[in-house]
Amino acid sequence: MGEMQHLTARRMVDLEIDGEPVRVLEGSTILDACRGLGIDTPTLCYGETLRPANVCRVCVVELEGARVLAPACSRKVEPGMKVRTDSERVRHSRKLVLELLSSSVDLSTTPAAAGYLERYGAEPERHGPPAPADPGRDRRRAGHHEEPDGQTAATAASPIKIDNELYVRDYSKCILCYKCVDVCGEQHQNTFAIAVAGRGFDARISTEYVAPLPESACVYCGNCIAVCPTGALMFTSEHELRAEGVWDEARQERTDTICPYCGVGCNLTLHVQDNRIVKVTSPDDHDITRGNLCVKGRFGVQHVNARGR
Amino acid sequence: MDLRLLEVSPTGAERAAVDGLLGPPASGWDGGERRTGATGNVARGGHRARARRDQLLPVLLAVQERVGWISPGALNYACQRLTVPPADAYGVASFYALLSLEPRPSRVVHVCDDLACRCSGSGALIAELEDRLGPEGAVAEDGGTASAWFRSPCLGQCDRAPAALLTIAGDEPEEHVLAPARGALPGLEGAAVDPVARVPQQGEPGLRLLRRVGRVDPRSLDDYRAHGGYAALRRACELGPEGVIRELVESKLLGRGGAAFPTGRKWDAVARQPARPHYLVCNADESEPGTFKDRVIMEGDPFALVEAMTIAAYATGCAHGYIYLRGEYPQARGLLEHAIAEARRRGYLGEDIVGHGFAFDLEIRRGAGAYICGEETAIFNSIEGFRGEPRNKPPFPVDEGLFGKPTVVNNVETLVNVLDIVLEGGSAYAQIGTDASTGTKLFCVSGHVERPGVYEVPFGSTLGEMLSLAGGVRGGRSLQAVLLGGAAGGFVRPDELDLPLSFEGARAASVTLGSGVVLAFDDTVDLPRMLMRIAAFFRDESCGQCVPCRVGTVRQEEALARLLGGRGRGDELALIAEVGRCMRDASICGLGQTASGAIESAIGRLGVFAGKG
Amino acid sequence: MFGAGGGTSSYQEIEETDVILLWGSNARDTHPIFFHHLLVGVHAGARLFVIDPRRTSSAQWADAWLGLDVGSDIALASTMAREIIHSGLHNRAFIERATEGFRDYAASVEPFTLEEGERLTGVPAEAIREAAHAFARADRAMICWTLGITEHHNAVDNVLALINLGLLTGHVGRYGSGLNPLRGQNNVQGGGDMGAIPNKLPGFQDIERDVEARAHFEAAWGVPLDPHRGWHLTQMFEGMERGELRTLYVIGENPAASEADVRRARRLLGGLDFLVVQDIFMTQTAEMADIVFPSSASWCESEGTVTNSERRVQRVRRALDPPSDARDDMWILTELARRLGHDWGAPTAEEVWDELRSLSPMHRGMSYRRLEELGGLQWPCPDEQHPGSLFLHGRLWLEPREGPPAPFSVVEHRPPFEALDAEFPIRLTTGRRLESYNTGVQSGRFRSPLHKGGAICLSPEDAERLLLEDAEIVRVSSRRGTVEAPVRIDPGLRSGLAFMTFHFPGEVDTNVLTIDATDPRSGTAEFKAAAIRIEKIVRRASDGSAKVGEPAPALGR
Repeated sequence: MGEMQHLTARRMVDLEIDGEPVRVLEGSTILDACRGLGIDTPTLCYGETLRPANVCRVCVVELEGARVLAPACSRKVEPGMKVRTDSERVRHSRKLVLELLSSSVDLSTTPAAAGYLERYGAEPERHGPPAPADPGRDRRRAGHHEEPDGQTAATAASPIKIDNELYVRDYSKCILCYKCVDVCGEQHQNTFAIAVAGRGFDARISTEYVAPLPESACVYCGNCIAVCPTGALMFTSEHELRAEGVWDEARQERTDTICPYCGVGCNLTLHVQDNRIVKVTSPDDHDITRGNLCVKGRFGVQHVNARGR
Repeated sequence: MDLRLLEVSPTGAERAAVDGLLGPPASGWDGGERRTGATGNVARGGHRARARRDQLLPVLLAVQERVGWISPGALNYACQRLTVPPADAYGVASFYALLSLEPRPSRVVHVCDDLACRCSGSGALIAELEDRLGPEGAVAEDGGTASAWFRSPCLGQCDRAPAALLTIAGDEPEEHVLAPARGALPGLEGAAVDPVARVPQQGEPGLRLLRRVGRVDPRSLDDYRAHGGYAALRRACELGPEGVIRELVESKLLGRGGAAFPTGRKWDAVARQPARPHYLVCNADESEPGTFKDRVIMEGDPFALVEAMTIAAYATGCAHGYIYLRGEYPQARGLLEHAIAEARRRGYLGEDIVGHGFAFDLEIRRGAGAYICGEETAIFNSIEGFRGEPRNKPPFPVDEGLFGKPTVVNNVETLVNVLDIVLEGGSAYAQIGTDASTGTKLFCVSGHVERPGVYEVPFGSTLGEMLSLAGGVRGGRSLQAVLLGGAAGGFVRPDELDLPLSFEGARAASVTLGSGVVLAFDDTVDLPRMLMRIAAFFRDESCGQCVPCRVGTVRQEEALARLLGGRGRGDELALIAEVGRCMRDASICGLGQTASGAIESAIGRLGVFAGKG
Repeated sequence: MFGAGGGTSSYQEIEETDVILLWGSNARDTHPIFFHHLLVGVHAGARLFVIDPRRTSSAQWADAWLGLDVGSDIALASTMAREIIHSGLHNRAFIERATEGFRDYAASVEPFTLEEGERLTGVPAEAIREAAHAFARADRAMICWTLGITEHHNAVDNVLALINLGLLTGHVGRYGSGLNPLRGQNNVQGGGDMGAIPNKLPGFQDIERDVEARAHFEAAWGVPLDPHRGWHLTQMFEGMERGELRTLYVIGENPAASEADVRRARRLLGGLDFLVVQDIFMTQTAEMADIVFPSSASWCESEGTVTNSERRVQRVRRALDPPSDARDDMWILTELARRLGHDWGAPTAEEVWDELRSLSPMHRGMSYRRLEELGGLQWPCPDEQHPGSLFLHGRLWLEPREGPPAPFSVVEHRPPFEALDAEFPIRLTTGRRLESYNTGVQSGRFRSPLHKGGAICLSPEDAERLLLEDAEIVRVSSRRGTVEAPVRIDPGLRSGLAFMTFHFPGEVDTNVLTIDATDPRSGTAEFKAAAIRIEKIVRRASDGSAKVGEPAPALGR
């Protein structure tokens, strides 16, 4: 009764980060080790509930003896590793990564972006004025592009997608972190309604043949929105309140409770503003949901706001 | 898997293309006709169904070949048969340039407009096509057949430039290489005679890798054996797996794919892995602009590759191997398919190979137009049926490669070296070339030279000797620059022709041999335009996964465009250097890490744009 | 199960099991987050068998889907059991040490050869054999089920048949192996735990047999307790029918829409002397009430706990102020008591919980503080040092075994109450969809693109045979009544099987069709098996009046 299954002993690994010795569990990442030391490492594509995609490269660190930099989020510690997290080389790549992102993507609703840009002295504007949105972006073919004149900086901008009453998708804000695809796919939801389509700079998140969400496999669990780090994916409720200028996280109370539907017992975090539920999330660190919900838990709770009560 | 499909059905031809590869559906539950009785009280799926994911790209290619594009109905049906979600399959299909997700005419000409072909008349060829078929991508009626043409990156036919690839969709699909494709495109009607692989040094003594090319009948196993074929496999079986690896280690053979990793160490690492099965992957996705050596071997001496892979499998404990062949090599594919079938028929592949009690078989997987799939981990994702995105390393392929299992991945040229190493012994092999770069090397000489082609020389020969072998600069003009190692390599100046062509020599001169490209540009060439082509190449071929490469290749091209257009802001050279450094340092794979190399070398070594910022 | 009514295992265990039998459950749609855990197991290599008449979204994940005919679950389980025994794959050591009644059980399944199983269930013998062997040979294996097992006239026998399989193979009482009913409502487990079962006091203490426990409660509450069991829902309706039950107090239920043979239910509710309904909405039942108590939403407008399918007690918290007229359930109850002359004071949720802990040993260690800190606790949790219980019945594996042996139960295959015939040739089964919930009181109020409304789902084969098109309105009749509904062609259905939900009673009153054949022990009706016919409605172009076509031809099975 209630006995623990395995208590496998794990080895410890000694390494050095910025000259400081540190000892962490085998299997930890450099990011874990940095956090243990209180070193603030920028991350964008990293998600607590997901396997590291290690694609944004804003967390890169320098390893002594290595030809290239390594992503802290996914690189496992090794004995004797010597890590630099703030060398000129690291700062250069982080700065450039932020410039490249910021010059091609609208980061206005990415909470962490402004701080990072400032910290690394990124100057996205030196890559040129941003190019306007391209309605044809979703249909671009791999291996083909128009030769640029270099007078504007190409961007991911494309028209906002509103094709249902629950989600708003503004891929002009998408940094292609893969988190929505990963959470919709094998790592959690297993619905696979979206994938990365196209290639290179034209890569984008897409349904099959750019089908509107109601025609796609989407089941509106909202787990993609929960992991989106940039606000490219947003609940309609938040989108509309922002448009009205009413959205105010400072005035929102967050209360954890249990979903009123089936018997799984999912933890809901209700974001309440003016006695209305404006958003529903789930704690990343609870074993039942790991941050995920289904459509009922995510949206079906609006009945308490409904008229007729 | 609970798939939700779009509400469209496949056409008969689309169904036939998919079923042709997968066989007919088992019941109404997996795409078969819904009839009472055909949809019984049991349906199977699960792990076994999902394990067929690796058939996705072959199925998509089959549809593309047969129908000319991949319609929603065709994708639906492929997804249903393979238990792959449609969005996922769309993501895969849209990754590859040879697959079209929009209607295309049955006849399509892919015209190379890359570096070598630009030196040999691709511009005129494109003008001719524009004249005949209209602008790129437009559908034109041509001789009663709907046709279109598209630009293509290097087609690997640089020794017979300018080149084009013709595809004709239909129940009996055709694919033809038109090279050289000059003058009214004679092959456009589909009656093209596919050119035969030749090497300028044919028959010369001292050739090792090219010994049989042009001399042996590539369709005859007996002729191959008459020319010494399968002696190495016999010898390998005498040596035993450990013995083969010992010889390989002694030979000091370094991988020819670009990274120059010791092959013996790689094989040893896989051989020792307790995890099973082990896989062998031959990287034949030769796509580096200016590279065509592997094609020449595969077309000229296909059994050599089959034999070499058999030895590799024997030494490293692989029961299954893949040749990942670039999609633009229809001739190599035909010859290799024939060679594999012949070898299987004669007991050189299969359960009990020539009575030595080990089993090995191999299959060809075609690429579909993606340079990145030549990256050693992207190749795994592509074979497995995913987007050809490179994986982060570690873990390395020898630990977790194809299907997560220990995997040997070697380039064609590397593998073919094994034959002589096994036959004559590692130490004898190590006498050839230099101390650190043993053996011979194939170089792909093209551009403005008299006799473009694949040349085999011992390591340590100089760049100048190489150009002399190819007859020097064409038409007696003077040399402006040489692109060494391909788009991922770098430029050298005419005053550097005494550069020794060895790994260590290249390293000392801060260049790379890469895939063995020696592309000569004479004094008429507009080098900045060539740099734009290189920048466009990387922008097109970046997989898009990591930020440095995805956006960096775009910013690099934009900065070059400003310099070219004379509308720079004065900081372009600094910007190119800074972006380049970030791509080199922080990209996931070799593509991003080398995407600025040639451009930066042109700026730094040749002084292109000197004084412009 | 063997005393305490709860699933034996934890969600984390299904991630580490080897074989999963998902039986009569479309968890992909009805327990989506549980299915996440299941798929972690599948991706880690577990083999999944789904046993369901429909090829549901869950079934599409299965290594093998066994599409048994509706109501043949016991025949299938017995066939598997016989195959396991005859192949020598039953766990003899476990059976000997931890169970009783094996001999009789083995004899009872003896007639169920693979051939007989195929005849009774429709599932090919080879598939039954494969599932039986996979389950029996697994190091770890789980059976999970829901209403496909329990919404039958022989619900309890169905459950016992699955328990038998677990005992036969020893797949219970160990990490990664177990028997798990997935609970349909966020506190259906908690309701049972709290004694909302006719014969149980909180903590599954038997009001009739456990004199000592009853005495504890009497002492704590200061009143004598009726030592006899009460009625379950079906018995209450029977009581109404007999005129014995005249007053009903309904809290958070909507029987006027959710009961099988709902016309009868409405008639009986309408005939009551006095009906009180306490709900957050004006439901169909509330519309019939003499008095309605508008209440706060228990899960977000008040404090308390609920218990989930892995026996985890978790806190619900007040995040919103209820609408002005609505009152907390606890306030209503204490106020009601006060007006009936009992002063229960005004206890907080925590005070009520602490009283429960003082009386229910399995909850004793679950203080609010610990529930907060640990993100919930799984019962039994007898003291404040106890970490809670991942799985139940570990005692069966102890040497020597603790407690009584687990009994095998001899159960009989009895097909659905209502057989198909020429007049009603199609089998109707009902169930739930991902985006909706029961009668739609809560789920009908958000704007989901998945809401498609009520419909009758038919196989492509039947639609073709009946000359019906998608979205066409048809007349659906059972012996109890008729509804009109649009056709939805569902490729997950076999010929002869139709499917409906009761999520949209205002559009399609599905429960007019269902039958109230009820399991006498559990009180659940046979929602899963009715006999229906489907008639095309021929519209005349001229006057728009409808004419019912010829009855559909018999489809056979």
